[in-house]
Amino acid sequence: MAEKLLKKGNEAIALAAIRYGADGYFGYPITPQSEVMETLMEEMPWETTGMVVLQAESETSSINMLYGGACCGKKVMTSSSSPGISLMCEGISYMAGAELPCLLVNVIRGGPGLGTIQPAQGDYFQAVKGGGHGDYKIIVLAPASVQEMYDFVGLGFELAFKYRIPAMILSDGAIGQMMEKVELRDPVRRLTDEEIAQKYGHWATVGKQAGRKGNIISSLSLAASEMEAINLRLQEKYRTIEKNEIRFEKLLCEDAEYMLVAFGSSSRICESTVEIARQKGIRLGLLRPVTLFPFPSPAIQEMLPQLKGIMSVELNSGQMVEDVRLAVNGAVPVEFYGRMGGSIFSPEEVFSAFAQKFNL
Amino acid sequence: MDSNDIIKPENLVYSKSKVLTDTVMHYCPGCSHGVVHKLLAEVIGDMDIQDKTIGISPVGCAVFAYKYIDIDWQQAAHGRAPALATATKRLYPDKYVFAYQGDGDLASIGTAEIIHACNRGENIVVIFINNAIYGMTGGQMAPTTLLGMKTATTPYGRKSELNGYPLKITELIAQLEGTCYVTRQSVQNPGSVRKAKKAIRKAFENSAQKKGTSFVEIVASCNSNWKMPPVKANKWMEENMFPFYPLGDIKDR
Ligand SMILES: Cc1ncc(C[n+]2csc(CCOP(=O)(O)OP(=O)(O)O)c2C)c(N)n1
Ligand code: SF4
Ligand SMILES: [Mg+2]
Repeated sequence: MAEKLLKKGNEAIALAAIRYGADGYFGYPITPQSEVMETLMEEMPWETTGMVVLQAESETSSINMLYGGACCGKKVMTSSSSPGISLMCEGISYMAGAELPCLLVNVIRGGPGLGTIQPAQGDYFQAVKGGGHGDYKIIVLAPASVQEMYDFVGLGFELAFKYRIPAMILSDGAIGQMMEKVELRDPVRRLTDEEIAQKYGHWATVGKQAGRKGNIISSLSLAASEMEAINLRLQEKYRTIEKNEIRFEKLLCEDAEYMLVAFGSSSRICESTVEIARQKGIRLGLLRPVTLFPFPSPAIQEMLPQLKGIMSVELNSGQMVEDVRLAVNGAVPVEFYGRMGGSIFSPEEVFSAFAQKFNL
Repeated sequence: MDSNDIIKPENLVYSKSKVLTDTVMHYCPGCSHGVVHKLLAEVIGDMDIQDKTIGISPVGCAVFAYKYIDIDWQQAAHGRAPALATATKRLYPDKYVFAYQGDGDLASIGTAEIIHACNRGENIVVIFINNAIYGMTGGQMAPTTLLGMKTATTPYGRKSELNGYPLKITELIAQLEGTCYVTRQSVQNPGSVRKAKKAIRKAFENSAQKKGTSFVEIVASCNSNWKMPPVKANKWMEENMFPFYPLGDIKDR
């Protein structure tokens, strides 16, 4: 039987990194996610799997270490929290431009600025719309449990390499810090240098192999026509990802007349709100986007014929609701309820907001 | 005897390095970047490590270094080459990894990255082209710009009250425990070119011996932005740059 442990979300990320065969972790301490690197340093994976773990001098440096590591065809990752991710945005844009795979973890805290170390979801726009410059997207996964923190490390790497794109686990201080049972999956072996050279030698900087020119990894193309062609290719890749990789979960949606849309820790709270509504005889369901990019617009659209209204519930001022409204395109009323700055709503609070907005 | 009696394979003493591509360099005539590229290619060829060398190009005039030296390259964001080099070397400890950077890249926007990579003693080679100016963006003040020197952003000459002092980053780097070899060279005449090549070779050999970071500064000319013809620029460099940035090894252990 698979081993089960009681772990914090952040610790689960670290254990998963080792067990999913990551080659390198580069990070800089910031609350509420410092346990990721602390756990890795305690585990000393360089002694077992050979994984490199390095504390960088800044998040600017961590992301550029990822850039270098990803150029090498290696499985590299970092974790941080909001202010640190802001520093990384230049590097993320470069990696998106150079089409490099990597795994980023943002354990969001309340902002703006230095903000608070309490959980929030205020970095939705930054993650989903691209915090850095230029027209780019990254894959964004929103875990709602410690188990998903663990599992999405594997999924994140898989998707990042499948599409050669940065993938981000967009979590928050609540999921990073809470403890739950987590089942450890069968370990995946790290690829050897020879395997990497064989698999990725046609693009990665593994050392120039006989019979080919030097590989060049760059996001630079001064000619407008070339740069436009690159952009068109990127956009095509994003459309493919939208077609293939949407993930979501539905709770009591079959007969629903109303629907909440919530991701991550908000969705956990909304599960209880749905229960409260059901006890009162209100047919409320919950749709939880698991991928924030690609956003599950088709899943929302499918629900429209049976719905009287939707409420997006977020720990921010209303960010994902914009994507919900784009999907709904005016077909039914879309309301929003949220708290900010590290304050968290209760299930009852969400229910009263919902009841009030829809006059129930 | 005419020249055709001399041009024979058995008399061949010099040829273009096979590691250099045939792409025509975009550098201004008289620029030091091209000479340093040639030396790098020669050292990589001489050591027979073309398949084991990974270069990191900067943001600056040398951004396109990857077009000229036929190895695997990563093109870094402005100032971040040492971070890329760090991860690359740690993930491939048996490869030769070098960062190629200008003075704006290394000593201004990337100060943190270079100091910490050197302080960790990453087993990498750093080639630092100090032309005392931002070449690529059109000749603005660099951290290494001399006092009194006119640039696009110091049109009346660099003044310490307004702009601070020229930064001797190489002396600073030499203070760090992680560096094993720190040297300052130039490439304005055949003698200096030979010395610079020796220094670059030694830096690459150090990295194989895992002795720590090797740092090779090249005091260079940017005749275009210094607004001088190449020969005059070299003379100006000898008279003005060398007294402030004296050539030679600063650290070797
Ligand atoms: C983040 C960022 N800031 C500014 C620039 C603009 N920029 C490009 S090259 C350069 C200066 C390069 O000077 P140096 O490193 O001395 O190289 P040189 O061209 O002199 O060889 C600057 C400021 C940039 N590309 N990225
Ligand atoms: S601008 Fe200066 S550094 Fe750039 S290529 Fe010309 S001479 Fe060289
Ligand atoms: Mg310069």
